[in-house]
Amino acid sequence: MSHDRHGRYRFLAGAILPALALYAVFVLSPYAQAFYLSLTDWTGVSGQVNFVGLDNFTRLVGDPLFLAALRNNGLMLLVVPVVTIALGLLLAVLVTFGGRRGSAIRGASTYQTAYFFPQLLSLPIIALLWQFVYHPNDGLLNGLLRGIGLGGLARTWLGDPHLALWAVMAVLVWSSVGFYMVLFAAAMAAIPTEIIEAAVLDGAGKLATLWRIVLPLLRDTVQVAFVYLGVLALDGFAVVQVMTVGPGGPDNATEVIGLGLYRNAFTFSKFGYAAAMGVALFFLTLTLAVLAMRAGRRDKVELA
Amino acid sequence: MRRAHAFLVAWAAVVTLPLLWAVVSSLKTDREILTSPWSLPATPHFDNWSRAWNQAEIGRYFGNSALVVGGALLLTMLFGATTAYALARYPFRGNRLLYFGFVAGMLFPVFLALVPLFFVVKQLGLLGTYPGLILVYTAYALPFTIFFLHAFFRTLPTALAEAAFLDGCSHWGVFFRVMLPLARPGLVTVAIFNFLGLWNQYLLPLVLNPDPDRYVLAQGLAALSVSQGYRSDWSGLFAGLTIAMLPVLAAYVIFQRQIRSGLTAGAVR
Repeated sequence: MSHDRHGRYRFLAGAILPALALYAVFVLSPYAQAFYLSLTDWTGVSGQVNFVGLDNFTRLVGDPLFLAALRNNGLMLLVVPVVTIALGLLLAVLVTFGGRRGSAIRGASTYQTAYFFPQLLSLPIIALLWQFVYHPNDGLLNGLLRGIGLGGLARTWLGDPHLALWAVMAVLVWSSVGFYMVLFAAAMAAIPTEIIEAAVLDGAGKLATLWRIVLPLLRDTVQVAFVYLGVLALDGFAVVQVMTVGPGGPDNATEVIGLGLYRNAFTFSKFGYAAAMGVALFFLTLTLAVLAMRAGRRDKVELA
Repeated sequence: MRRAHAFLVAWAAVVTLPLLWAVVSSLKTDREILTSPWSLPATPHFDNWSRAWNQAEIGRYFGNSALVVGGALLLTMLFGATTAYALARYPFRGNRLLYFGFVAGMLFPVFLALVPLFFVVKQLGLLGTYPGLILVYTAYALPFTIFFLHAFFRTLPTALAEAAFLDGCSHWGVFFRVMLPLARPGLVTVAIFNFLGLWNQYLLPLVLNPDPDRYVLAQGLAALSVSQGYRSDWSGLFAGLTIAMLPVLAAYVIFQRQIRSGLTAGAVR
């Protein structure tokens, strides 16, 4: 390029500096400060910051609320990604190959349109909607159960400590399945038809084709889905905060790490302690991402 | 095939029934909601909607959301596009460091930043202000925007830009007149992605926007549902929910192809 260096550097500065300034002030500096704050006992009063080493973290390990949150987020991590991905894959297979001779099913795009709806709504709005759905007397769920003669199954979904976390997980699955279904369906549609036809010509049955050809080719997409859904399961804040009793109840049955962090910081002003929770959550997320990526690297399948 | 359809219809019902129920209930009286939850309203009560819009201030929250999201979207697209373009097309020392620095922002949970961010915004005097929210939204939307557009600008042909330089076009001229129009499909995709992400923000406004007059939509509705006056006003709350859901769902039905491909492209990054 034949232009004066001066104009070039002025352009680069003008193009990059505004974004860099915003990013440094509102993203990088808070992330960096969080690690430092987690080692202090700060309560928000300026000038009164004491370095306490790893005290906050030792307290976390003995904090029954944090342990409850860890347990709940852990269960969510085991359940939500697996159920969401299984349902998403099943729906995607039915839509993409459920038609005559393994073609797309009739109405495929209508199904996808409907399934995608929840993805467009924010989690607090979804949580508010489901608070009504779960309402013990006048909610949609118990109303439906009574309507089809299964009134015996009606429950106080959010009021029962054994059910409340499952009710929260159901909402997370409900809100996520459509998105991953569309994602998987797009990946399935991208598989060249010759590959599937060749498998069928070789005498592979429907299930074998699915299991040996289609699913291995979706490995990368499923891996990405696991990471994203894992991050979602480690969060859960918006749904719990809006929908559950307490929030976080009953009996801490729906307590999650984010809720504890929010409460400690903005209700109790224990900012150092809350920052330590943020750091713990960060390392959990990081571990999850690394594990998911390593698990996916083994015997990778590629189209030539 | 029958079974395939049966299963697909069942899930479609699971997804749409709660939404339909909310919309229908928003047109009923409280009495109708409680006594006959399944019937259609005797007469549609649009006054629920106007009550929610005016008295419950859903209208104000809607306006706040539009203002904050509109401002943040504009800044994100402008700053994100110029930065992505400069990093994608101009080799210089520190280029890769900057790029990875920006993209690293996608790896960290927002909860990690939450406490210090609150004090940064407070010290700048931006707590509970529109500009504060707009700037923070923009800052958190930049990493993905830069990541996505960086890849996009790399794929664009160089010949046109070089010809424009030879014609005496300035760096800014080439960017705005040649490269930005070429990048339109990528810009649309990332704008849709950002719009939905920003419109649905909850955690950031909850912490940084404590003034009820400036609540954004999701925040306002959540606050309404626990407030004394409205907790038992089901028809009003359903109307608020419907007002919050319908515009996004309507826009989706119109632009669904772009939205779906845009959002799923965003996930495989």
